Amino acid sequence: MAQKITISPVTRVEGHGKVTIHLNDEGEVIQSRLHIVEFRGFERFVQNRPYWEMPVLVQRLCGICPVSHHLAAAKAVDVIVGAGTGEGLTPTAEKIRRLMHYGQILQSHALHFFHLASPDLLFGVDADPAQRNVIALARTPEYRDLAVQGVMMRKFGQEIIKATAGKKIHGTGAIPGGVNKSLTEQERDLFLKGEDPLNADAMIEWAEAAIALFRDFHKKNQEMVDEFSRFPSNHLSLVGKDGALDLYHGKLRAVDAEGKKILHDIDYQEYLDYIGEEVRSWSYMKFPFLTELGKQEGWYRVGPLARLNTCEHIPTPRAQEAFETYKSYTDGRPNDMCMHTHWARLIETLFAAESIKLLLEDPDILKDDLITKGKRHPEGIGLLEAPRGTLFHHYRVSEQDQITMANLIVSTTNNNQPMNEAVAQVARKQMTGQKTITEPMMNAVEMAIRAYDPCLSCATHAIGRMPLEITIYDRHGHLIDRKSR
Amino acid sequence: MADNRRMLIYGYGNPGRQDDGLGKALIELAEEWVQKEDLENISFDVGYQLLVEDVTLIENKDLIIFVDASMDERIVDFDLAAVEADDKETFTMHQVSPGFILALYETLYGPAPPSYLLQIRGYEWEMEESLSPGAEENLQKAWKALRQILRDPDRLDVLSGHTAASTEKGLKNGPGNGSKS
Repeated sequence: MAQKITISPVTRVEGHGKVTIHLNDEGEVIQSRLHIVEFRGFERFVQNRPYWEMPVLVQRLCGICPVSHHLAAAKAVDVIVGAGTGEGLTPTAEKIRRLMHYGQILQSHALHFFHLASPDLLFGVDADPAQRNVIALARTPEYRDLAVQGVMMRKFGQEIIKATAGKKIHGTGAIPGGVNKSLTEQERDLFLKGEDPLNADAMIEWAEAAIALFRDFHKKNQEMVDEFSRFPSNHLSLVGKDGALDLYHGKLRAVDAEGKKILHDIDYQEYLDYIGEEVRSWSYMKFPFLTELGKQEGWYRVGPLARLNTCEHIPTPRAQEAFETYKSYTDGRPNDMCMHTHWARLIETLFAAESIKLLLEDPDILKDDLITKGKRHPEGIGLLEAPRGTLFHHYRVSEQDQITMANLIVSTTNNNQPMNEAVAQVARKQMTGQKTITEPMMNAVEMAIRAYDPCLSCATHAIGRMPLEITIYDRHGHLIDRKSR
Repeated sequence: MADNRRMLIYGYGNPGRQDDGLGKALIELAEEWVQKEDLENISFDVGYQLLVEDVTLIENKDLIIFVDASMDERIVDFDLAAVEADDKETFTMHQVSPGFILALYETLYGPAPPSYLLQIRGYEWEMEESLSPGAEENLQKAWKALRQILRDPDRLDVLSGHTAASTEKGLKNGPGNGSKS
């Protein structure tokens, strides 16, 4: 009897989504989908608002990664006020924004690895769900330090954000054409030489230790880490000058599964010439694709795994060393191993920590040349690499300075098709021939989705919650089994 | 304050989502008033949501009051309930409950101070910056009661019991159970 399995919604990611898996009469998975059931409303909401409000307004999207939206909006508005497309700001303004951004990357990546992913890795997929969290980690003597480090890395990143954005909620640091404050010497010294362990050196040390932890886990669980939800794809991200990893600004590059460039470092102000968005009836979240390759072949991954596939090197020494080891594992070819996303994320965490230290040591962050002005434009596009991947903000404005069009493609939307592919991979392996749903099966599907760290409330532009429910139907839609938690 | 107890009042929620900003709104009122009254040993903080790193705020405190908006229809205007350490995982580590914060604190550092959750009833959650009229009214009522506690922490009773059913004491906080953020 054909069946349909529904996992709704998924735990430990933001927003509201559900997974349905269809089985045929032989119990084989014939279709799987990650549904997004919220609606998009933000782009309509900002219509007619003054463009200069956008860097603050977009933080209403959600409280998970407001800094990414704040900065992407500011970059788009920079173009509108004639302050250039990412490289026209004063050195102080650009470096303060970078500091804010790397603070966000550090705290977001730390949350994901230490509090979301590491319990899965350290306790195993089969462990009781109640045991796969940070408190269980803290209660295990050998992992207690890890839990503390995770908390402190979060705190350090948040403090960097507070110092550069001005406040914890609805930060105002990035403004059209620059920033409204630089750092004081006292603030700088606190982050650079602050009381142990809240300083940049400790962050670098812990990030390196986390990479070592992952690699140790990898050695012991090589087959699972390499093969779990593995599939080839295209990869897209910004890259900096000379192909360097750059999470704040750069050109848009995509490579295919073999590493061949399929998007050749384009100016992202022209992204509409290269990227389309497909609407599918069963999801409110769109499916972006490279137009040259079409809807079927043009989908791509974004995020840490994609970024380390598109970039050629990392411009900080310790992260570069880790990158070389990482690349050698695939002989320089693109890495398509889903669980290696954690490895890539930790290398980026190290890069963020090193970047923060370098920026703190740069005297420009103390100067007061904060704003650039230029000739006004009717349209602006701002891109950056948010923790979860490439984030697009695109606005058009009227002569009265009101927003007439807004288009946002958030990281999770960019990863829509890859997450669907990930679910399909796991479903085929775990659920073929099964008539009931077990906890390990549920968690395997979740793990595949969680590797992308999706923020569905942001992607769908609405508040949402995600308890977990799995439902199995036969091919006539009759309920066979349901599990929830 | 009548004694030397160190108090933390922590409001959370996204003020860009109308009444979800009740926690932050109360903190703004209280912070200004405490400054004017020159009261000591009271600190404030705000966040979009409670996160694991907030565990560090509890250190060296003797009394914690978390403040959150609530969509729980049983709450008439506001309500205070004691928070117990609760290690049950919420659906996402992107936000955790006050009970989870206490459980994490106790696991890492030792016994947590007495802690309470002040829930203020909200009604509207769209992408607007202002509170709804009903939420504004509830905010003022909660603020009037909180002022008494800031002067005298033993007056916690003035913040409790504002539920439709008096037997509903100790409304559980946290995602999925009435609390909005």
